[in-house]
Amino acid sequence: MKPFEYTRLSKDDLATGTIPIDSTFLAGGTNLVDLMKYGVEEPNSIADVGELPYNQIEESASGLMLGALVTNADTAYHPTVKNKYPLLNKAILSAASAQLRNRATNGGNLLQRTRCYYFYDTAMPCNKREPGSGCAAVNGFNRIHAILGTSASCIATHPSDMCVALAALEAKVHVLRKGDSLVIPFDQLHRLPGNQPEKDHNLLPGDLITHIELPEEGFSGNFEYLKIRDRESYAFALVSVAACLKLSEGRIEDIRVALGGVAHKPWKLKEVEQEYIGKAASPELFQSLAEKLTRGAQGFGTNDFKIPLVKRAIVRALTNALNPA
Amino acid sequence: MPNIGNKQQRVDGPLKVSGQATYTADIASPFYHAYVLQSSIACGSIMELDTSAAEAFTGVKAIFTHKNLPERLKNMVDYTDPLSPPGTPFRPFYNDKILYNGQPIALVVAETFEQARYASRLIKVTYEQKEFKGSLEENLKNASADRAPEPASNRGDFEKAFKNSDVSITQEYRQSRNYHNPMEPHATSVVYKDDGSIVVYDKIQGVASSLKYLNGVFGLAADKVQVKSDFVGGAFGSGLRPQYQLFMATLASLELKHNVQMVMTRAQMFSFGYRPEVIHTMKLGCSKDGTLQALSHHTVGETSTFEDFNETIVDWSGLLYKCENVNLEYKLTPVQSYTPLDMRAPGGVSGVYALECAMDDLAHKAGIDPLEFRRKNYVDYDQNEDKPFTSKELRACYDRCEELFGWKNRKDKTTNESHVRTGFGMATGSWEALQQKASVSLTMDATGKFTLKCATADIGTGTYTVMSQIAADKLGVPLDHIDFKLGDTAFPDSPIEGGSWTVSSVGSAVAGVCKKFQYRIADVWKRKYPDYQDAAFEDITFEEGNLEYDSKSFSFTEIMQQASKEELSISHNEAPAEGQDTHSGYAHCCVMVEVSIDKELGVIKVPRITNVSAAGKIINPKTAENQLLGAMVWGLGMALREEGMVDTRYGRVMNANFAEYHIAVNADVHDVHTEFVEEKDDKVNPLGAKGVGELGIVGLASAISNAIFDATGKRLTKLPMLLDDVLEV
Repeated sequence: MKPFEYTRLSKDDLATGTIPIDSTFLAGGTNLVDLMKYGVEEPNSIADVGELPYNQIEESASGLMLGALVTNADTAYHPTVKNKYPLLNKAILSAASAQLRNRATNGGNLLQRTRCYYFYDTAMPCNKREPGSGCAAVNGFNRIHAILGTSASCIATHPSDMCVALAALEAKVHVLRKGDSLVIPFDQLHRLPGNQPEKDHNLLPGDLITHIELPEEGFSGNFEYLKIRDRESYAFALVSVAACLKLSEGRIEDIRVALGGVAHKPWKLKEVEQEYIGKAASPELFQSLAEKLTRGAQGFGTNDFKIPLVKRAIVRALTNALNPA
Repeated sequence: MPNIGNKQQRVDGPLKVSGQATYTADIASPFYHAYVLQSSIACGSIMELDTSAAEAFTGVKAIFTHKNLPERLKNMVDYTDPLSPPGTPFRPFYNDKILYNGQPIALVVAETFEQARYASRLIKVTYEQKEFKGSLEENLKNASADRAPEPASNRGDFEKAFKNSDVSITQEYRQSRNYHNPMEPHATSVVYKDDGSIVVYDKIQGVASSLKYLNGVFGLAADKVQVKSDFVGGAFGSGLRPQYQLFMATLASLELKHNVQMVMTRAQMFSFGYRPEVIHTMKLGCSKDGTLQALSHHTVGETSTFEDFNETIVDWSGLLYKCENVNLEYKLTPVQSYTPLDMRAPGGVSGVYALECAMDDLAHKAGIDPLEFRRKNYVDYDQNEDKPFTSKELRACYDRCEELFGWKNRKDKTTNESHVRTGFGMATGSWEALQQKASVSLTMDATGKFTLKCATADIGTGTYTVMSQIAADKLGVPLDHIDFKLGDTAFPDSPIEGGSWTVSSVGSAVAGVCKKFQYRIADVWKRKYPDYQDAAFEDITFEEGNLEYDSKSFSFTEIMQQASKEELSISHNEAPAEGQDTHSGYAHCCVMVEVSIDKELGVIKVPRITNVSAAGKIINPKTAENQLLGAMVWGLGMALREEGMVDTRYGRVMNANFAEYHIAVNADVHDVHTEFVEEKDDKVNPLGAKGVGELGIVGLASAISNAIFDATGKRLTKLPMLLDDVLEV
């Protein structure tokens, strides 16, 4: 990989506000280091954030604060996460492998990059990796690509499972920006590709994710994380659904549905969810929601199957959420 | 207790689990590290290649390209290896031509791997691209039978019999390209000695292949190079031919007069051989009662533009079932790619896949249970060669598998989930039981310990273990008195480890050398103990390191002492017995699987796989079972997971990594079971043993395909079968 400068940030750097803005942050490194070996990422300087004090999970007044440096595994197995946010537990454990989850951090999970075959191969055109070079996926292998919110320049997906659950739970992302704390609603963290597919998210250079805040409501009564993939473990979602329900005598008090594997960000439409509040939960209702949530879905050949599949997955996930296993 | 037939733990197991087994990349020496830059186009030539920035980078020792290839590697140089197919082998850096995407175009040698890798990215390359057709489909019109070996002879009158069949099917089947992906990537470590000779540690399935290649390319005589390969972390055929890292590390070492190591990255493991994509056209016909009347199997396979790689694919259709009217055709077509390479059960996996799907289809159309259909068309001689089999207990496999799996009552199983469909499928598998020439040397020292040497390999199959078992029994000594050594060109010749013939070939040679030893020690004993000079060899037994005769026991060491011998050495060459070609040797199996399919979401699971095999004498049921299970898991992967995704616009493999090239993982593997039936065989080789390295993968993909049909009514005709293939739309 390209030679780089390495610094390890300390608590003191936080106090003096000397977080470098031109460095790439390194936490677990499970994605960044791979990308550096492939030559996809070639940072000149790396700031290792591993020793910063964001390695705790703490109850807060409004819910649960997940430190950005807590590993995915420690997060999934944390007693409060298991009991109160079982959706998050299930989503995290459906991802990657035990080894990766033991190393990967929460902050890093949010900022992992797409698994588009062409993004990973520096010999291929890719607007996300090299703006303006073109998109080889549109007319190539796009089985794992997006069907919603795509643009002419990019059809990549965000590959995280954890983020799909966080989107459904309407988590908040705490960010350190130039010494100040900033709270970003989860659905405003990631972005659609538009004509700037090189930008995965709305953070600015030097922004550091410190915590993920889970709201009080964890939907532990009625939830499902359904992940459909090409093998039973260690595969990214072709389609995934995080579904949460709050029911009162069969009627929907609250509903959350977030989709993974179908867009450049976890796909969730608050206005669609709102339409179903107060209605009686039924397969027909779920079917109707599935249609509305995926309106405008467009396939690119080898991913056409995702359009019917994601709708069925939504119905299945919501049905399962009525009676969680 | 005899060792043969014993579930012996691997003798090299402790070394492996404690990290002390030295694989090729583990060789410790002060190495320079080599990394290749690969072409990013598939066809054309290199216009400019600027290495100046790379040369200036820290730690870089040298860069080799077509522009500075030593002249001596260009003229009268033989780049072939013992398994080269017809054509011209790939010659690295030979000229500026690009033959395939991913071709090595520059070798950077540096003090560290990272320096070499990064420096390779600093090389600026400009190409002149040429148009090409990157897929088998686009090149079908160039398919030619002349490029491929002729299959077994046609027999009867296929066209007439097919027309007259009561029931018939015509169906095309397709298989995507598969890559070997052994856990250990290909690697070569070259140790350069002061006298200019080299010791080459290579990942290879037979050190003689590397030696032949090095001799041909670099003109290295046997006294200038020794090739070693103590441990191989899986190969599955990828080490049957020397791969380009051997050339690279050797070139750099000889030119720089320094130790050089090259270890491929996982992505580079997709830059050479593979199991080729093939398209089969099957036509089968039978009578109402299910008697197979007509069978035609035509296959087109991909090869490279420079070599005609071929497999035995269609012949299996002439072999497995009784049929009087058979028509076979095999064609090759070149695509802009590297040459394919034998992969576990080459040809058999492909041919039997199409045949066993077609047999299932025909049985279904004829309204006959697929197992009964196969029994009905059972054959007990080789119709392709018109010879009897050395043995064939396939019928017993059918019976036992039927019982173990519960085939008769399989439909009784119901599921509570309304969206899940359960299906059952079966297939026959077979693989050749071959014996090749092999040589072994044996030395007993004064303490009664034996060292046996042979240039064979252990690619994870258990060669060290089974050879030790055979030697212990055939000598009549405890297992821990045996030290079997392999993987060294200084040792007696062996065939390459492939074709599942190592037990049969090397094992027979081990048995042979042990028998010779017994004669020899008996001779020494008779000379030193004159009382027994008339003892008949047949009356002597050998046990626990003792020669026993007439209730008296003489230890081997005692006999050696009497003869004042420090050691006793002999060697032996074993070849297939005279007249062995009067019979055909094959191992057989029956495999049954259960699948469950979520008909709304398309998710396919395989809760059960049962295999029953007939493979002659099983030397070590533990290692044999390991082989079968590994092959079955791979069969599952082939059926449902593995696909080398070649973007034919670029001729480039787009999923050259373990995240996106899906091999089966533990979570995919549920109840997998295998058993052997008794099969006596006194003709196949002196041990009566048939290899099992490949058998388990043959037929499995078709059994899964057939089970999917049973579950869904949908006949999938391609591999891999993915969830969108069964999604009910």
